[in-house]
Formats: sequence, C-alpha cells, structure tokens
Amino acid sequence: MADVVFATGLIREYPGHKAVNSIDFVVKSGECFGILGPNGAGKSTTLKMVIGLTALDGGGLELFGQPMYPEHPTISQRIGVVPQEDNLDPDLSVVENLLVYGRYFAIPNHELKLKIAELLVFAQLEERQDAMARELSGGMLRRLVIARSLIGNPDLVVLDEPTTGLDPQARHMIWQRLRTLREKGVTLLLTTHYMEEAAQLCDRLMVMNHGKILDQGSPAELISRHVEPEVVEVRGNGGSSEIEEYSNLPGRVEHVGDTMFFYSDDAHTILDYFRDRHDLTCLMRPANLEDVFLKLTGRELRD
Amino acid sequence: MNFKFIPAKGFVQVWRRHFMVWKKSAVTSLMGTLGEPFLYLLGMGYGLGRFVGELDGVTYLVYLTAGILAASSMNTATFEALYGGFTRMTRQNTFQAMLATPLRVIDIVAGEVAWGATKSLISGVAIFLVGNLLGSIPSDTAFLVLPVVFLSGMVFTSMALVVVAIAPNYDFFLYYFTLVTTPMFLFCGVFYPVDSLPETVQMVVNMLPLAHVVALIRPLAIGLSVDDPVFHITSLLIYAVGTFFIAVQLLKKRLIV
Repeated sequence: MADVVFATGLIREYPGHKAVNSIDFVVKSGECFGILGPNGAGKSTTLKMVIGLTALDGGGLELFGQPMYPEHPTISQRIGVVPQEDNLDPDLSVVENLLVYGRYFAIPNHELKLKIAELLVFAQLEERQDAMARELSGGMLRRLVIARSLIGNPDLVVLDEPTTGLDPQARHMIWQRLRTLREKGVTLLLTTHYMEEAAQLCDRLMVMNHGKILDQGSPAELISRHVEPEVVEVRGNGGSSEIEEYSNLPGRVEHVGDTMFFYSDDAHTILDYFRDRHDLTCLMRPANLEDVFLKLTGRELRD
Repeated sequence: MNFKFIPAKGFVQVWRRHFMVWKKSAVTSLMGTLGEPFLYLLGMGYGLGRFVGELDGVTYLVYLTAGILAASSMNTATFEALYGGFTRMTRQNTFQAMLATPLRVIDIVAGEVAWGATKSLISGVAIFLVGNLLGSIPSDTAFLVLPVVFLSGMVFTSMALVVVAIAPNYDFFLYYFTLVTTPMFLFCGVFYPVDSLPETVQMVVNMLPLAHVVALIRPLAIGLSVDDPVFHITSLLIYAVGTFFIAVQLLKKRLIV
C-alpha cells in the first residue's frame, strides 16, 4: 500500500525566510505521526502544504500515492482537517455545523443523518446538539471540530495543535478519542508542542526547528538517541556558583535559573552526592521527550 | 469530473449554507432590505414628485420605483458580498473551513455570487410587492424585472468580491462606496434620465453596469418596450463573468498562501 504522505525536499518560502526548508518525511498508513517544534518552526506550514492550503515552492508531495496540490477535490475528499483556530459557523447549531460540512463532501442525505448521529455520540455532544456553536465551551468546540473533520470518513486526519488551550479533562478525552480513531485504522498527522501529547499518541514523530527536521523516529528511539536515560533535577539556591564542582559527577549538567538538570546513566551517584544538602530539592525521573526537545531546539524563548 | 473554469455543483451547498444562516435572522434582515428603499419611495416619490411632475410620461413615483428597484439590486448584493463575504473570509474563517473540503475557491465564489443574487432577488420581490401596493408598477409584464434583478445581483456581488479579495479591513470599503457605487447610484438614471447629463458624461455613464440595469428595468416596470435588450444583457454578462474570474484569481492568492 502507498504511504499516506510521502514528502521529499518540501520547501515553502516567505519574503525573507524559508518557513519550510527542504524536509523529507513519510507518514505510513494507520500510524499516528507527530510534528514537534517551538513556535515558528514550520509545523503549521508543513500541515498546510499537506492539506493543500499552501502551495509548494519546491520538492515533491504525494498523498495516497498521487501528487498533491492545492484545490485537489479527490484527495481532499479523503482528508479530515482540524485547524488550529476553530472555524465553525458560530450562528449554526452543533447539528447544523455537521450537516453543512457533510454536504460539502457530497454525502447523501440519509447517510449523512446516520453519520451525524454517530459523531454526536463520538464527541459526547448529543445533549448539546441544538446549541449554537458560539455557546459551546472550549472543550466542546474542539470536540465538535474533530467530529466535523470525520464527517467524510477520512483515511487521513490532520490536526494542528488539537488540544492547545484545553483543561486536562478535555485533553484526556480528546486523546482517548484520537486513539480510538487510530485503532480503527485512520492515519493521524498532528502538530503539538505538548510533549506529553506526543508521547501519549504518536507512533513516530519528527522535531522541527527553523524550517528543518532535527530528527525523527519513535519517542523511545529519540530519547535513547539524544539523552541519557535518567535525569536528576536539583532545585534551590546556591547551585549556580558551584557548577564547576559537579564536573566529577557522571553525565552532563545543564543549569537553568535556580535548577540544575543532571542527565546521566547513574542517577544514584548524583543523588548520593546531594544527600546532605537539605537546602536543595532533588528529584529523579526517567528522561522524556521534553528533554529531547529542549536539547535539540535549545531553551531560549521563541516569541 | 472537475473543470478548472467551471464551478462544481458543490457551489449549491455553499448557497444552502448562507441561506441556512440567513433564515435565522430573516426578519431583521428584511427590515433593512425593505426599509431603506421604502423610505426613498415615500420621501422622494411623494415629496419630490410634487415638484417634478411627470418623467417619461409617468408620475415621478412610478419613475422612481423602477430606479429604486435597480439601485436596491446593486446595494443589496454589494452589502452582502462586502460585509458578509469579508466576515466569512476573515473573522469566521468560513472560506478556510470550506477549502479543507473538496470545495475549491471557484466553487466558493460561485456560491457567494448565487447567494448575493438571491438576496437581490429577495429585496427585488419585496419592492415589487410594495410598488404594486402603491400602484407605482403599472406594467402587466413587470415581473420580468425579477430576472434582471437577479442578473444585476450577480454582477454586483462579483464586483464586490474583487474588493473583498484585496481589502485589508472593513474601512477599505468606503473607497468602493465613494468611488464606485455611490456615483452609480446618483448618475446612472435611478433618480433622473441619464440624457439630462452632459454628452461626454453620458458616454461614460452608459457603460456602467447600473445604467444597463436601469435601462432594462425601467421600461419593463412602466410597460414600455426595451431598447437594445441584447446589448444591455450582454454587457451585464460580461461584467459578471469578467469580475467573477478576477475575484476567483485574487481570492486564490489571498486564501492559498
């Protein structure tokens, strides 16, 4: 079977900078593929190229084995899109939003009715089905946008920061729904800057910065490739002046504000070293994607 | 099959979406559509009519009713496309949402044009009924103005969508009103015959779309024969098709970035 997305040397230029600078990636059928990166890394531009809302300035892009370009009706028929900003019709009800969208996909009326009923259950919006979209909470809006993206039974669902701005309950509910989709064989492509989200959902992911791919692989691969398996965080005053003293400790140390991060295979030696320092707080944890992300993209602020 | 220069039938679904939204506030919307032309008819038709006497062999109220029918087809379509269309493009991101489906820009624009023309038709029917109540639409075949109103709505929606495609914000529309629609409203024969203008001005005015609309609507409403109907209809079709494709091209540039 052809790869769902096959991108080689994608380039997108805007005056003065390359938002996407020659990237290659593949999304395989049935997997959840994540694009991670700080603000301005080129994640959303990459997604827009995939769904045909941005033209390519270079490179090749195939979806389902066919060349993709803007305004491609037959490929668009197979894609569901969850944009970053909610673009629901505020003056239409929940059901009407789904109905109107289903018609754009030319779904026959009787089929559409059944599909809407199914999606209302999926998004847990049955009780609010006649509420106007503008009356919904952030979590409900998000669920509705996701439900709307599924109206045409897509083979690929593209989500741009699906849970940004949601509370933990709403976020977990959406993760749960996305996993259900993946189990049904739907391919997912999403951007996020929540590492927990990437770890929870993605089979494979790529980290982008300044329009380039820094690395790609499964979460476990990325962690083992870039960071030591254990991290000790040491928090408190006085750390900074003593940083040279720690050069004998195993692994590598990073110093940020009042906290030192020791990345090591041997966390116990580090914990032992600080055992008597009651002025400091020590915390040991396994390395995670956030450590990979910060190592690859740096710690400075983006906007 | 999808052809590049022909809208796919999905444009009908765009029209249905606009109609569904409009239905929710139809009463308020009709107040606006009907209120202004009605006030023009009463205020100017009766008020100014006493001083004007007869024009083209009919009372000024009859003369003006035909002009207002034409003008309102322009104004209704223009307002819908500018404010409605721009809001859908920017604030509500409706066009972006549509483009994430099999719809293309040309389908969206065709849907907008069909909808703008429908709104012109709604206001046209309303004025037609009021005119019949006031006895100011004497012709038996006056219903023939309605297709002209629809065509006029297509022309002015397409023209306004060109403005929407290049507008940075709502204030920008003032240029269009001041430079395009208000001059047409005042000089294209809505209130007085174009041939009372200086000859060189007439030549320019007679090329403007609203002048063609007036030239078709007034004789149909009064019950006179239309001079050169093919010429006026062809001119309007050229305006409609030409600005339609300009709007499609400019909106593509704006939406697919």
